[in-house]
Amino acid sequence: MNIDSIKNGIVIDHIKAKKGMDIYEALNLNELDCSVAVITNAKSKKMGRKDIIKIDKDFEVNIDMIGFLDQNITINIVKDNKIIKKFHANLPEKIVNIAKCQNPRCITSQEKELDQIFILTNKEKQTYRCKYCEMSLK
Amino acid sequence: MKHLIDIKNLSVQEINELIKVANDIIQNKEKYSHKCNGKKLATLFFEPSTRTRLSFEAAMMELGGNVLGFSSADTSSASKGESVSDTIRVIGCYADIIAMRHPKEGAPLVASLKSIVPVINAGDGGHNHPTQTLTDLLTIQREKGRLENLTIGLCGDLKFGRTVHSLITAMSRYKNIKFVLISPNELKIPEYLKKEVLEKNNLEWIETSDIEKYIDKLDILYMTRVQKERFFNEEDYIRLKDYYILNKEKLEKAKKDLCIMHPLPRVNEISVDVDDDPRAAYFRQAENGKYIRMALILKLLEID
Repeated sequence: MNIDSIKNGIVIDHIKAKKGMDIYEALNLNELDCSVAVITNAKSKKMGRKDIIKIDKDFEVNIDMIGFLDQNITINIVKDNKIIKKFHANLPEKIVNIAKCQNPRCITSQEKELDQIFILTNKEKQTYRCKYCEMSLK
Repeated sequence: MKHLIDIKNLSVQEINELIKVANDIIQNKEKYSHKCNGKKLATLFFEPSTRTRLSFEAAMMELGGNVLGFSSADTSSASKGESVSDTIRVIGCYADIIAMRHPKEGAPLVASLKSIVPVINAGDGGHNHPTQTLTDLLTIQREKGRLENLTIGLCGDLKFGRTVHSLITAMSRYKNIKFVLISPNELKIPEYLKKEVLEKNNLEWIETSDIEKYIDKLDILYMTRVQKERFFNEEDYIRLKDYYILNKEKLEKAKKDLCIMHPLPRVNEISVDVDDDPRAAYFRQAENGKYIRMALILKLLEID
């Protein structure tokens, strides 16, 4: 199966097989007014099978969101048919409005206008805690 | 501008300075009686807590200042649906410093981010209660003469008991501290505290459900109440509320210079026959709460 290469845009590569749509939804790619290809179960030397997302537009991708979901994902920035930048999204120190605190006693459960902020408190165990109540994110 | 939201906001040096000022206040009350003339403390208690509120108000009055505020959400604009951020912006126009208690965890932090005057967390749900921890540290220092080389028994609700969590966090920064954690299985200390405080700081600690097993080893025995408001299930509360009752008989094996503490109010967990024992420090502890709050108000208002 062939999907045309893109001239200017972003290729999100090395997504775990069958997780491509999760990334598509998390990044709200349905809101873009350009072509977006989600390729699932593509062959991969490194991963066996993988998903890929190709976005035919240069836009500001939410790197924190990708880093939070999976740090093995590769982000390729394409300009004039060439990859000009290739990088992994690191685990972000802070995530804002990506996840919701589940603690019913947290102030965010009462005051809905507050940003949902989680701070990385343990990098090894990838533990995030709510900025307000310090409950860990599950 | 500085706030006190979490005991971790204060360095060991700052805590030691607060204790020093509190001890000086106890020795020289008159010297401090006009330090806050013309200043106002607002006590914003979105849930009732008579003793904490009165302790703050007495502290400000003894410094020569005035107090205003409310003692439950029903009598504040929160009952009309006002946000914490809006409330704090308005109160900042009327007071020089704010002590805030709120049932929702993190509410005082939200307040501090918007406030134009210092905010003190006077308790937020089951989360933090830093002035209780300061009270406990002052009491330990006054009763034992040190904050190092101590074996501390913590007994009762170690799962929901925020005073216990904060005290462990605060004491873990001092040298040669050992903990004996005494609780029923259902109310054991949370795993994250074990990993992020006890293990991380290489502290020595033992978990047990038997209060008498290690009582002879303790320098401090910190009793806690099983709090009804922290349970969603009343059956669990009824089953666990009287699990430990400290009485004269249990204290027979304890050290002669043991210091018995309790954040109060107590229900049944310390028998009244212990009250006359010189080792019972809990009423002195309650009094210390006023003095350390006086020291804290002075520090946050930057008054020497």
